[in-house]
Amino acid sequence: MDIRQLYQDVIVDHNRSPRNFRRPETIDRVAEGYNPLCGDKLHIYLSVVDGKIADLSFEGNGCAISIASASMMTEALLGKDESEAEALFKDVHRMLTESDFAADPAKLGKLAALAGVRDYPMRVKCASLCWHTWLAALTSTGAEAATARTE
Amino acid sequence: MNQPQAASIKDLPDFAAIRADFPILEQQVHGCPLAYLDSAASAQRPRQVIDAIADYYRHDHANVHRGVHTLSQRATEAYEGARESVRRFINAASSKEIIFTRGTTEAINLVAQAFARTTLKPGDEILITWMEHHSNIVPWQMVCEQTGAVLRVAPINDRGELELDAWKKLLGKKTRVAAFGHISNALGTINPVHELCAEARRRGIATVIDGAQALPHIDVDVRSIDCDFYAFSGHKMYGPTGIGVLYGREEMLQDMPPWQGGGEMILAVDFEKTVYNELPHKFEAGTPNIAGAIGLGAAVAYLENIGMEQIAAHGYELMRLASEALLAVPGLRLIGTAEHKTALVSFVVDGVHPHDLGTIADHHGVAIRTGHHCAMPVMQRFGLPATARASFGIYNTEAEIDQLVAAVRDAKEVLG
Repeated sequence: MDIRQLYQDVIVDHNRSPRNFRRPETIDRVAEGYNPLCGDKLHIYLSVVDGKIADLSFEGNGCAISIASASMMTEALLGKDESEAEALFKDVHRMLTESDFAADPAKLGKLAALAGVRDYPMRVKCASLCWHTWLAALTSTGAEAATARTE
Repeated sequence: MNQPQAASIKDLPDFAAIRADFPILEQQVHGCPLAYLDSAASAQRPRQVIDAIADYYRHDHANVHRGVHTLSQRATEAYEGARESVRRFINAASSKEIIFTRGTTEAINLVAQAFARTTLKPGDEILITWMEHHSNIVPWQMVCEQTGAVLRVAPINDRGELELDAWKKLLGKKTRVAAFGHISNALGTINPVHELCAEARRRGIATVIDGAQALPHIDVDVRSIDCDFYAFSGHKMYGPTGIGVLYGREEMLQDMPPWQGGGEMILAVDFEKTVYNELPHKFEAGTPNIAGAIGLGAAVAYLENIGMEQIAAHGYELMRLASEALLAVPGLRLIGTAEHKTALVSFVVDGVHPHDLGTIADHHGVAIRTGHHCAMPVMQRFGLPATARASFGIYNTEAEIDQLVAAVRDAKEVLG
């Protein structure tokens, strides 16, 4: 298989210039994600207003897959309500782990570029860390950092 | 000290023939010839080792030290023969000083629990270094929790060398144990173990050396080093997994209580009192890894046959060639540039995370380790989450270094 199937242009681009890569001035909800296996570490900052994701940003360091995944996640989730966001997480998770799951491009958009990760079992956690961290932030109660680890 | 000398690869023995002894290397990965550059994690086995294990199971297996029947006698002779091979290989005074364990980790834990835990008092100190593998950190932390002893850590410099003066200053009145690696798995640094042991000996401090990375690459003579304990693993030196060795000076081992109880480690048991077995059996409770020991004995014979001097020169030369070739890649930085170093290169590349590099290298057939190498304090010292590490064995070639460099350049291209 061509390595470009994994490192598609959109992934390379989001790694090089991650979107929403910042720490907000006032933190509403935050979670820290950590993959002890490879040392990837990120913080997800989340603000929910009237049931909708009003702001979502991140900071951290990790491989191209983890940075691009977090960057694309922030773009995809912004403006969504909680149930829409959770449904998207489910689809992303299935795309990353189930070889026979056909991703719906209309639903997944740019995130479909991460489908190649499922052929690299050791790298799936790189792509899913940000999502688990986001979920930990969503269910956290305040500005004290919740923590998420890769499953 | 055992600093390998530079020698042209061309002057070395027939390493192509050596490579042919390793059947696993005759395969393609992602359509490229496999370049296995991860021997510091686990080396591959020559057919001589594989055959020794298979032959043992086919013809000679029975439990050791138990029966009077022929197979038990053969198994015992082969098992004890392996112990004698190991003794000779590291120049221990007696085979009583060679204890078979599951590996380096278990060997260090044995010293920590049977020696340190039973002798240390609150406030006593254990001195380690900043470059240790987790297996030479965590067992000591556990002993500190159990005894109230205190863990001290000697610093390393920016080249990844132990700061000797600082280490000596940390050897205080309360220091009871000094534990250090012989060769760093994350940096390749060779520690001056003779000097360290001499300093500790003068002060009556017990020395414990993690030799996991040294046995496959340099000649190790425990009497010349004058350490109290020396631990290593079979699988890093072309032997099986699940077998390792604790060397301990006989008088130290005699004074230590057994670590685990069971069969093999006793002379007589009744419910009032049990008489423990002689060395080394006192520390080998239960049926041991007989095939593993025999495989390790075969690995020792294999290394002796090539000669450790030649092996040391080959490992050093591959490290030198790889360093030179990698440094020609723009944006690449070596982590660990000790004057005395061998057999591996740890590095980072601007704009390319080590994990992406590892995946892309795999597509070139190149197996390298990426991550913290079970030495997180080393990573913290250099302010890095991870590095890429190419480590060399007796079967590696200059062509494989070219393959590695091409993979690194491609990773820059893909992620650039």
